[in-house]
Amino acid sequence: MSPKREVYLDHSASTPVDPRVLDVMMPYFSEVYANPSSSHRLGRKAEQAIEDARSTVAEILNCKHTEIVFTSGGSESDNLAIRGAAWTAKQNNTPSKLITSPIEHSAVINTVTQMGDVMGFDTEIVPVDHYGFIDLEAYRRACEQGGSVASIIYANNEVGTIQDLATLSRIAHEHDLLFHTDAVQAGGQLTLDVEKLHVDMLSLSAHKFYGPKGVGILYVKDGIELNPSQSGGSHERGRRAGTHNTPFIVGLAKALELAYAENEQRMQHFRQMRDMLIMNILDRLSDVELSGHPEKRLPSHASFVIDGIDANALLMHLDMKGIAASSGSACKTGNPEPSDILLAAGYTSEQAKCGLRLSVGTHTSAEDAEYALDVLVNAVGKLRKLSRELTS
Amino acid sequence: MSNADTRVVVAMSGGVDSSVAAALLVEEGYDVVGMMMRLWSDEAMGGAAHNRCCTPEQMNDARRIADKIGIPFYVLDTKDVFRNTVVQYFIDQHRDGYTPNPCMECNRHIRFDWLLKNAIALDADYLATGHYARIHENDAGIFELRKGIDENKDQSYVLSVMGQEQLSQTKFPVGEYPKSEVRELAAKYGLNVESKKDSQDLCFLGNSDYRSFLTLHAPDVMQSGPIVRQNGEVLGEHEGLSNYTIGQRKKLGISYSEPLYVLAMNPYKNALIVGTRDELGRDNLTATRVNWVSGNSPNEPFQAEVKIRYKALPEPALVTPLDDGRIQIVFDEPQRDITPGQGAVIYDGDQCLGGGNIEKFATEELEVL
Repeated sequence: MSPKREVYLDHSASTPVDPRVLDVMMPYFSEVYANPSSSHRLGRKAEQAIEDARSTVAEILNCKHTEIVFTSGGSESDNLAIRGAAWTAKQNNTPSKLITSPIEHSAVINTVTQMGDVMGFDTEIVPVDHYGFIDLEAYRRACEQGGSVASIIYANNEVGTIQDLATLSRIAHEHDLLFHTDAVQAGGQLTLDVEKLHVDMLSLSAHKFYGPKGVGILYVKDGIELNPSQSGGSHERGRRAGTHNTPFIVGLAKALELAYAENEQRMQHFRQMRDMLIMNILDRLSDVELSGHPEKRLPSHASFVIDGIDANALLMHLDMKGIAASSGSACKTGNPEPSDILLAAGYTSEQAKCGLRLSVGTHTSAEDAEYALDVLVNAVGKLRKLSRELTS
Repeated sequence: MSNADTRVVVAMSGGVDSSVAAALLVEEGYDVVGMMMRLWSDEAMGGAAHNRCCTPEQMNDARRIADKIGIPFYVLDTKDVFRNTVVQYFIDQHRDGYTPNPCMECNRHIRFDWLLKNAIALDADYLATGHYARIHENDAGIFELRKGIDENKDQSYVLSVMGQEQLSQTKFPVGEYPKSEVRELAAKYGLNVESKKDSQDLCFLGNSDYRSFLTLHAPDVMQSGPIVRQNGEVLGEHEGLSNYTIGQRKKLGISYSEPLYVLAMNPYKNALIVGTRDELGRDNLTATRVNWVSGNSPNEPFQAEVKIRYKALPEPALVTPLDDGRIQIVFDEPQRDITPGQGAVIYDGDQCLGGGNIEKFATEELEVL
């Protein structure tokens, strides 16, 4: 039986493609289909589309178009930034240590861990406080010892906390480290002006801001050498081999353009929906805490730790009522591990299995939020009653 | 209430029986939800990272089938409660000199309690499983538990722990079919599981066997001790009582003028008692933790058939309910392998009336054995 209403509150995981984005992509599938690297007329047309897209992106990031590398998404961008810069440092016999935090997306943390465990790089993981903010003193000490790249997430995917990138990058620069940020969650919402953020590298993924999946960018400041992690042809100035995905790149640029053209209205709407969720949940449920920072958080992002609730079971109850939500500890295999991010923020391992994330989008309505709140309150009540029954 | 308004949670394992159960319910128009329990397995033993009932392959199969028949599918974390009930019981029972049946314990504590309650909390009206058994509501409104149509596959033995409330909320869709037909149905529905083997052995052992499992978790029961005859004659050394089953003849590692069989274990003296074929067998047992499916204990002794193992044949016996809730069972003919810890399950024809756990023979009795 289908649920009576479907409410998608998992925009941090992915967003639908905006019809306006889809429209501009369509011709590049079957009309302007040539390889953009080809020298013939149709190839040049495709190349032109890619270069236009690059300029659009560069304008929003306030950087040069040569500083934009198109990739297959956020994970690839993170890999290229970290691996590329670390191997270059090793090649040049300059300090190659990698510094990161325990609240990174797995594309960053697992890359750094592998570079350490398998490839012999020094690594350091700097702690965070209860909100998920980087411990600046520990971070400064880590940077003082030198290294190649510090990579810190712009806005955390699980608790929504926004870092002070300008400060973090300044500290990295004082000690001659490059500063990279995974801005995948921030993309489309927060400023991506690389001058203001003072970052050297920045990763984005189109499907978080109403673009297609499978395409992203890495901003790489001019002068930074990256050893490509995917070798091959000389695409993207030798930094990323592989035939360009013209329709997706065109779609990414359009989606980014729309996100910043409409940023003010979107953010106002996101905040309104988010705050409605947060206020009601804190008000209507007992033993629940907002995870992440109350103010310095993504406009679309509400996250909670609900004591005594198995997140997997809660997501099942929500799904049965048509609500798509997520949790950092949930997994499809019924083998929930405590969320590393909540553990790093000082939650107990029991609490770290009780995370819930609700993330709103452009189509989320107040009625959606009300329905979700009713279902959530009801489901938490049922699960708490069940757990009392089962332990009695 | 129409089928479309009746929600049935089906416990899916990715195997043939539960997959067909789910497909049958969908065909009957129920509001079906697939659920799988993530059970505990012994990761400490290396290589056993997955319970056999919920390996990644089983999980992928179950998920694929749920998608194919168009139902939601969820996996629930059942590790801790399974470890604390079924696995702990298995270890404790062996430690106390019993040979437990963990599947019965799982049906008692996990499937028809923990999972059933989780299903009800999800607004389900019924829990369905792929067991070969049938439920019949009689004219008096009593839910009867009956053997599956396919007597070779009948699983009512391990379901004998169920009571009225549970049966009233349970469905066994494949109990109405012979296994061969269930395989045909799997093929007909395109589930692509029809050639999977039936599951064997205890799910939580992972890749190890129960001997190495017990060596790790209950090393005391795997201590060697004497093999003795009833007259006290020591014939050799056993490798830990849990390695043997009553009635066992092979692999005793002793030579004697005639074949010897395991008669009993004396956990108090860590002794394995053996004897000749003539000495083997007894005609009576008492059982505890008794469950009557109807909810009512009979007052008078009655003649019935009793199974003393999952795979044993039902044997005629006189069943006497005792005042303290236990039952005494006296068989018409001596039984070779009455094993403390196993279930003694009572039948009236194809109806399962209930059962209990076979008690240990009294200490005095072991002394004279």
